[in-house]
Amino acid sequence: MDQTLLTGNVAAAWGARLAAVDYIPAFPITPQTEIIETLGAWVDTGEMPGRMVTLESEHSMLTAAGAAAATGVRVFSATSSQGLLHAMEMLYTVSGWRAPFVLVNVSRGLSAPITLEADHNDILAARDSGFLQIHCADCQEVLDGVLLAYRLAEDPGVRLPVLVNLDGFYLSFTREPVSLPDPAAVARFLPPFDPGNIRFAASAPESQAVAVLGGSPYSYFRYETHLAAQNALAVYDRVAGEFESLFGRQRQAVEAYRTGDADIVFYMMGSFATKAREAVDRLREAGQKVGLLRPRLLRPFPTDAIAAALDGVQGVAVIDQNLSMGQGGVLHTELAASLYGRPGAPAILTSFIGGLGGREITPEEFYQMVAVTREAVTAGKAPPPRLLYTEAELREIRKLQAVAQVEREETTPLRWSEDSNQGGAGHE
Amino acid sequence: MSDARIKRMKDLPSTHLLGTGTPMCSGCGGLEALHEIYDVLGEKTVFVNAAGCMTLLSVYPFTPFRGSWLYTAMASAPAGAQGVRDALDILLEQGRIPPEDDLEVVVLTGDGSAYGMGMSATSGAMDRNLDFIYLCYDNEGYGNTGQQYSSATPHGAATSTSRGSRGYPGYKKDLFAVWAAHAPAYVATVIGSEPLDLARKIEKAKEIRGPRMIIALSPCPTGWDYDPKLSVEIGKLAVSTGVWPLKEYIDGKVTHTRLPHDRPPVEEYLKLQGRFAHLFEPARDEELLADIQARVDRYWENVTPA
Ligand SMILES: Cc1ncc(C[n+]2csc(CCOP(=O)(O)OP(=O)(O)O)c2C)c(N)n1
Ligand code: SF4
Ligand SMILES: [Mg+2]
Repeated sequence: MDQTLLTGNVAAAWGARLAAVDYIPAFPITPQTEIIETLGAWVDTGEMPGRMVTLESEHSMLTAAGAAAATGVRVFSATSSQGLLHAMEMLYTVSGWRAPFVLVNVSRGLSAPITLEADHNDILAARDSGFLQIHCADCQEVLDGVLLAYRLAEDPGVRLPVLVNLDGFYLSFTREPVSLPDPAAVARFLPPFDPGNIRFAASAPESQAVAVLGGSPYSYFRYETHLAAQNALAVYDRVAGEFESLFGRQRQAVEAYRTGDADIVFYMMGSFATKAREAVDRLREAGQKVGLLRPRLLRPFPTDAIAAALDGVQGVAVIDQNLSMGQGGVLHTELAASLYGRPGAPAILTSFIGGLGGREITPEEFYQMVAVTREAVTAGKAPPPRLLYTEAELREIRKLQAVAQVEREETTPLRWSEDSNQGGAGHE
Repeated sequence: MSDARIKRMKDLPSTHLLGTGTPMCSGCGGLEALHEIYDVLGEKTVFVNAAGCMTLLSVYPFTPFRGSWLYTAMASAPAGAQGVRDALDILLEQGRIPPEDDLEVVVLTGDGSAYGMGMSATSGAMDRNLDFIYLCYDNEGYGNTGQQYSSATPHGAATSTSRGSRGYPGYKKDLFAVWAAHAPAYVATVIGSEPLDLARKIEKAKEIRGPRMIIALSPCPTGWDYDPKLSVEIGKLAVSTGVWPLKEYIDGKVTHTRLPHDRPPVEEYLKLQGRFAHLFEPARDEELLADIQARVDRYWENVTPA
């Protein structure tokens, strides 16, 4: 297996190519665009069979993706931040159709203010949509994640769309060595899509996505979707096992790094977890028993695997690269909910908000988070959530604000001050 | 174009495909048009629906359709049609379904979707030259939510969001012109009360490939406030007074398929409908009536007989 230098975006495109997808509805958005450009070029030159269509919005793109999957072809699509939110109505809709396909999201902070760099509020807004979610920490995982996602989506016991998430810039535009699996081996792992009864055909009339009257049938179908998502836990474990035996890479639902004897553990997801891994190594060198726990699978939520890995751990530093306004970090809330009342669960979960809009998390901050968590363990009480933000950053913001103030004063016509004798700026 | 098979009333299909017992209101002009259209299209169809009254045609576990159905959302039925059409083409190309299993993909939406929320999806589908039929049943308002005004509502009509003495202040958008500006394969206006004209157009549309766009004015007893038994009469008056021109666009040319001579005054059409009652009671609103009439007259002055 050759290693090639690929960006996360191109790795995602390779995932789709190796999965031999039939149909790619697309729409451009930074930092995802390279995925559809790469696929478009392959389709144009005939290097890759399949059909690609650029829609006029992500809402339409998701509708077309779901409709094509519901007709029985293998579908791939990709988006990011504003695009994912623009399509939100259809995320919920097509998962309710039980249309299996794969959507890659390249995480990017949400507007407002508008920005390009990564955080996870976009993907977490889709948390309850019925899409399953696989989160990647490096470019190899992106490619592997796409292949795993198809097996998961198309499993007859699941039949749900799957989101594969990678962080904008940190993965999307970063080249890393990626090994491209042999297409024949991929074909063994992922045979052609067998749509079964998922289809529209003249000889087999079908009504899909029909209305229901009343809460009882509605509850029934919604809960069915929930059960299907829960089935995906066991299916994922099985599929990840097959993947490992074919390709030699471990892709468990939860990555546990040096957690075995750890008393303090970082809990976070996405590419910034590789920074936490570095910090764990440094802290271990300094004699501290620290580890990292990173869910790859966020939906379905691998509660048991997480609880098992944290059994006996004293404190968990939860790092949320997202912010639920008025509540705090989403991962922190979910972890607390899933551990509550479990014997052996860590007594202390500290909450840190960091990496919003791609803001760096430094090694010193990782060390600090461990120190804060240790203190909390000793005190028996977790401090309030904190934002990772330095005094130096605050000074920089104050400077920008001062500049903004000066700009406003110098460029605004003094219309409202009637007794102004400064001359009529804008009146001459 | 092959010779039309439907020339006279007696050529209209005698078997009816759409099942009965739907939850549509009695006298629903949209359902009337759909009945007639479905008979011509046949059962090898998949209807891709947007939110509106017709969404309630298929309520689990029943459907009046002999063919297939996919409900999408209010804004994106044409994109759903894109996905289904593309997937069918892929399956045909790969030999995964036999040619007999192919389906005509038919978007079915109200005016609220077609004139408003779904317009960019529709425009995109035409840009991409999607091979589909779009059927808009135009009841001139957001019917399913209680007939608020939409951009298809005619000037002066009372709706549940324009209850004042002058009704809806805007003017009905010319969707036919908007659609024709995209130069799709076919655009036509129809109405259920003129079944022969309707059937000939649907038959023609069926034989063309590409975007085929149909707007059916759909008298709506509930939203327009009249006795359901008047639906056909109101439909006929919409045509004879010149309010609803029957026409088609093909190869860059617009042709009127009916040239109403001796048009009765528009108020013959208006006065049967409660939504225009304020034009007549408590006193005649001469100014508004004249304005509405003048706009219809001006339209027809610009129509050159074929
Ligand atoms: C995104 C969205 N907004 C609003 C609605 C609520 N809604 C359902 S049907 C409807 C009216 C649709 O009007 P039209 O397309 O004219 O169809 P009609 O109801 O008249 O048949 C509305 C506003 C919805 N389903 N989805
Ligand atoms: S409200 Fe109007 S369009 Fe809707 S079902 Fe009733 S009659 Fe038909
Ligand atoms: Mg309507």
